[in-house]
Amino acid sequence: MDGGFLIQTLSSLVAAATPVVFASIGETVSEKSGVINLSLDGSIALSAMAGFAVAFTTGSAALGVLAGMAVGALIALVIAFASITLRQEQVAVGFVLTMLCTELADFLGNPFVRKPGPSVPHAPIPYLSDIPVLGPILFDHNLLVYLSMVSVVVAWWWMYKTQPGLKLQGVGERPESAFARGVDVDRLRYVYTVVGGALVGLAGASYSLSIKLGWSHRHTYGIGWIALAIVIFGGWNPWRVAAGSYLFGLLKALGSILQRNPAFANVPTQIFSSAPFALMIFALLLLSSEGVDRLLALLPTRLARRIDRTIRGRSPGGLGRPFVQE
Amino acid sequence: MNGKSRLINILLSLAPILLALLFTTLILIAVGAPPWEAYRNILSGAFESPEKIADVVAACVPLILCGVGMSITFTAGQWNVGVEGQIILGAVFATWVARSLPWPQVPVLTLMVLAGMLGGALWGMAAGLLKVYGKVHEIFGGLGLNYVAQGLAIWLIFNPWKPADGATMSGTDPFPDPAWMPRLGNLRVAPLAVILALVAVAMAYFLLRGTRWGLELKALGKSFRSAFMLGVPSTPRLLTAFSVCGALAGLAGAIRCSARYGRMIPEISGGQGYLGLLVALLASYQPQWVPLIALFFAAVGVGSPRLELNMHLDSSLGGVLEASVVLAVMIVGGLRALLARRQARLGAGEAS
Repeated sequence: MDGGFLIQTLSSLVAAATPVVFASIGETVSEKSGVINLSLDGSIALSAMAGFAVAFTTGSAALGVLAGMAVGALIALVIAFASITLRQEQVAVGFVLTMLCTELADFLGNPFVRKPGPSVPHAPIPYLSDIPVLGPILFDHNLLVYLSMVSVVVAWWWMYKTQPGLKLQGVGERPESAFARGVDVDRLRYVYTVVGGALVGLAGASYSLSIKLGWSHRHTYGIGWIALAIVIFGGWNPWRVAAGSYLFGLLKALGSILQRNPAFANVPTQIFSSAPFALMIFALLLLSSEGVDRLLALLPTRLARRIDRTIRGRSPGGLGRPFVQE
Repeated sequence: MNGKSRLINILLSLAPILLALLFTTLILIAVGAPPWEAYRNILSGAFESPEKIADVVAACVPLILCGVGMSITFTAGQWNVGVEGQIILGAVFATWVARSLPWPQVPVLTLMVLAGMLGGALWGMAAGLLKVYGKVHEIFGGLGLNYVAQGLAIWLIFNPWKPADGATMSGTDPFPDPAWMPRLGNLRVAPLAVILALVAVAMAYFLLRGTRWGLELKALGKSFRSAFMLGVPSTPRLLTAFSVCGALAGLAGAIRCSARYGRMIPEISGGQGYLGLLVALLASYQPQWVPLIALFFAAVGVGSPRLELNMHLDSSLGGVLEASVVLAVMIVGGLRALLARRQARLGAGEAS
């Protein structure tokens, strides 16, 4: 394997991970505030369809991206209203919205199936893209890809380094104490759910306008569930969530390289298309199982604690339950 | 006063259906299709002839089985979204019997039904084991297993079970005659399947209402911690709940390949698992309400392909309608509770 091929593979991996990064960071933002947006798979499908439909009709990829964001934010607003104001079960609302949005994407997207349309233009960053190795891998993409990387840094900085970020964590961890300190819990949850939803919408738009151009039925097959699992895998920390997304991308890329290898010609393609989901179960199993505890117990305590903290995150304390003001 | 509030209650329980219809009507107007004609097409596509009505009844069967199964897991507080995969495994096991045992009809069909239930139960048990011992949330375990089952089914169809003239997405060769569930004359409905579905409803109703097992599931669903503290054996209860649901879904899979297609196809589950989940939600986990709601879903499902034939619309409008009814039920229910809370607070304010 020569260097050029490796660089090219890594570069396409970074580009291909864009939707997963957007979706999992968006979900991290809303789960940090205590709201599970389970509708990811449907949200991504509908915003991918809407993004492409708007871009196709207006001829502007930028408007398409904005439309995708708006759709994602709107779906998140429904989740926020139903779960925060109406105190319905978040998981139930999210699941029903997943189905509703998937069907809606199929219905409304019907006239746009397999039509060529605009895409987000390729835009290498001047000077930076000339850096050897790193340049082509990181800085030779389109705006959406850069934006996905920026979203990771901004999400981390906002959550852990700013005053409002501390409030965000408080609202998700211990809504009661946050409220006692004068934080409007419900309002903040609304805000972060919608912001997270807009990022999920970007995930959809980056699918149809940057990765798998255009729209067809079941276009975004299952990626929302993967993103939801990556949030757990990444322990609700933007860096680790991003790492999980790229790791997933890497494994997928390896899969398709293997698939093209003549030695694996007899391995049916279904194995490769099911593998990500088997991997998802396996990763979650590994993180939560007692087997890991047993392995860690063999290591020196300090090292073990350190590894445990690195690989496992704790879910926000107030995740999934409505805040009821006494 | 009483009569008036009862009327309000009836109107309020119809509100979700009206809201959902309003939503789909707006969608139809948005794409420039005449809404009235769309609804008329769905209705006539479902009920215009005895054949169509038979199709609707047949389409109820998997929805009833999955809806009843999920009523059981929901009662235990579990989101068994792995039903899709459990249907597939049921169909895989039943197909194996149909293809390998050259026996007469009665033993073959009996074994197919039992094998289907076993396959579904094993796959349900897998999701349960992942949840109980692996601490993998059942939503992720179940969904992951769905995709794995889908891959398995396609692999089987394209490799060991491929027809002599080459594998296609249209599935395996048709089963030998004894493995077809007998139909009612020329109608595409198998009476045996309908009977099995209704038996499942009755059994689930009895199990949840009249047995200690059902009571313990309910306790676990209401508050897992308190039930556990009070000595409810949570692990065996959850595992049996997952297996029973899986067995019913597997039965649905066996019925779909034996009574409907007469072979194994890649799309054998056809989204029935997810629709069944909506049915169970709408029935608020009460098995006795499942058949009625399944009938509505089946009618929409059988009727909506007409949209494609006659109006060049995608048939997924049916799915939009079904999902938006469920969402509207949640929103209207939430709004009523919100109003009740407001009123209670106002009342308390006046009293003090």
